[in-house]
Amino acid sequence: MEAPDENKLAKRKKRNQFIAFGILKLLSYSIVAILVIILSFIIYKGIGVISWDFITQMPEEGMTKGGIYPAIIGTLCLVGGSMIFAFPIGVLAAIYMNEYVKDGIIKKIIKQMTNNLAGIPSIVFGLFGMSLFVNKLGFGDSILAGSLTLGLLALPVVIRTTEEALKAVDNTFRHASIGLGASKWETTSRVVLPIAFPNIITGLILSIGRVSGETAPILFTVAAYFLPKLPTSIFDQAMALPYHLYVISTSGTNIEESRPIAYGTALVLIIIVLIANLLANGLRKYFGNKVKMN
Amino acid sequence: MYKIESKNVDFFYGASQALKNINIAFKPNTVTALIGPSGCGKSTYLRLFNRMNDLIDNTKIGGQILIDGEDIYAKGVNVDSLRKKVGMVFQKPNPFPKTIFENVAYGLRVNGITDKKFIEERVETSIKQVVLWDEVKDKLKKSAFELSGGQQQRLCIARALAIQPSVILMDEPTSALDPISTAKVEELIYELKAKYTIVIVTHNMQQAGRVSDTTAFLYMGELIEYGNTKTIFTNPKIERTQNYITGRFG
Repeated sequence: MEAPDENKLAKRKKRNQFIAFGILKLLSYSIVAILVIILSFIIYKGIGVISWDFITQMPEEGMTKGGIYPAIIGTLCLVGGSMIFAFPIGVLAAIYMNEYVKDGIIKKIIKQMTNNLAGIPSIVFGLFGMSLFVNKLGFGDSILAGSLTLGLLALPVVIRTTEEALKAVDNTFRHASIGLGASKWETTSRVVLPIAFPNIITGLILSIGRVSGETAPILFTVAAYFLPKLPTSIFDQAMALPYHLYVISTSGTNIEESRPIAYGTALVLIIIVLIANLLANGLRKYFGNKVKMN
Repeated sequence: MYKIESKNVDFFYGASQALKNINIAFKPNTVTALIGPSGCGKSTYLRLFNRMNDLIDNTKIGGQILIDGEDIYAKGVNVDSLRKKVGMVFQKPNPFPKTIFENVAYGLRVNGITDKKFIEERVETSIKQVVLWDEVKDKLKKSAFELSGGQQQRLCIARALAIQPSVILMDEPTSALDPISTAKVEELIYELKAKYTIVIVTHNMQQAGRVSDTTAFLYMGELIEYGNTKTIFTNPKIERTQNYITGRFG
């Protein structure tokens, strides 16, 4: 066999590399492009209606005028409420699974169940929430029922990211701590958790993003079609941004006229998620530095 | 009186036997080197002395290990107290992501000591013992990660010393260090011998020769030869030991 011409070979290698990287580059840029297009579309359509009044006033004239204040507050309540419920339970469950349960059939079953929970369509969560929290436990259509339902939805995300965060903590830290006579709980709480915490925050970010945009789970558990007043207790109904968006786009009093408000609402929703992400990112950085300093 | 006695020790990971009938008696205030090719069971053996292998699921030990005459695998033994008595230093320097001070204080804190003055004194003594004090005394409140690898490893030794163990286990303590840091740690091991009984796992034959009084050569989970380090290195009784030490296999 003749040895391949060095020059030709080099050229061919170069060309193949160019094509391969070109395709990869194109694909990753197109993801960015899609995001940019969606965002700029929403911003373009929605920025016109955004004003101080829009975010601080009640809806007026059959939701074709006025603001979306109660929906913003409602969404914030639901996000906060669901996190209060899902975050501690999810984190503790993940700690238990990762640090305490021995490898084996039980761990596998719990894990599989968590994954299955993540795969259940959100409308099913809504139905379940309605029958359990709204009817059976008698919370009625309320922020409490909605938060609990959303919390269930967020739970697998929190559990999975917390588990990943705990797994990322090198075993040598655990061994060093246990080798000094620390108990498993001391090791977990004083060494493992502080190291994992910045990454656990990531789970919080992801679940906030997921929860704040969900419509189906709040449909039958909390969301009010039109409620021009703020909730005063966790047993009140509330408006929420995603549901408000749905309402004024499909069954409002005048869909055409409320179109700008719909885009405005979408923009506000995106901004809230963005702020939550930035905040959580900041927290992660802060705790990341603190872990090193402590 | 021996400090540690290992009597007919077997060890199993699931169905596979990692250690076979190991009998060694460790004298107090000596350094014993455990040598042998990778996978021979020397680290597994070392981790039996502070029951670190308890952390691995599905393992089983046979025989007896006595420390100060007490069977450490007997029922009712307080494992946390055992680990207080038997300190451990690991392969890679693994200080906690805490300050230099808190790293050394950690062992005291988890053992229920709250007296601030006492902790401060003990931290200082321990860091001085590993000859690190002059290098860190002005930055005790800084992260331990700011230290060099060699300094970190000495800090980890200080961390182990702070709770006043009588035995120190070292699992390849210098394998991640540069030659100068290695020399410092070896010097330290030599000095610590006066107060502690040290068992060290090492892949470095020269190191075993330099720091240890006695050497145990393990191969495939069996103790091939055990004795005075000088004898093992200059005049081993068994050919396989000689082959390993001279680098002909392993």
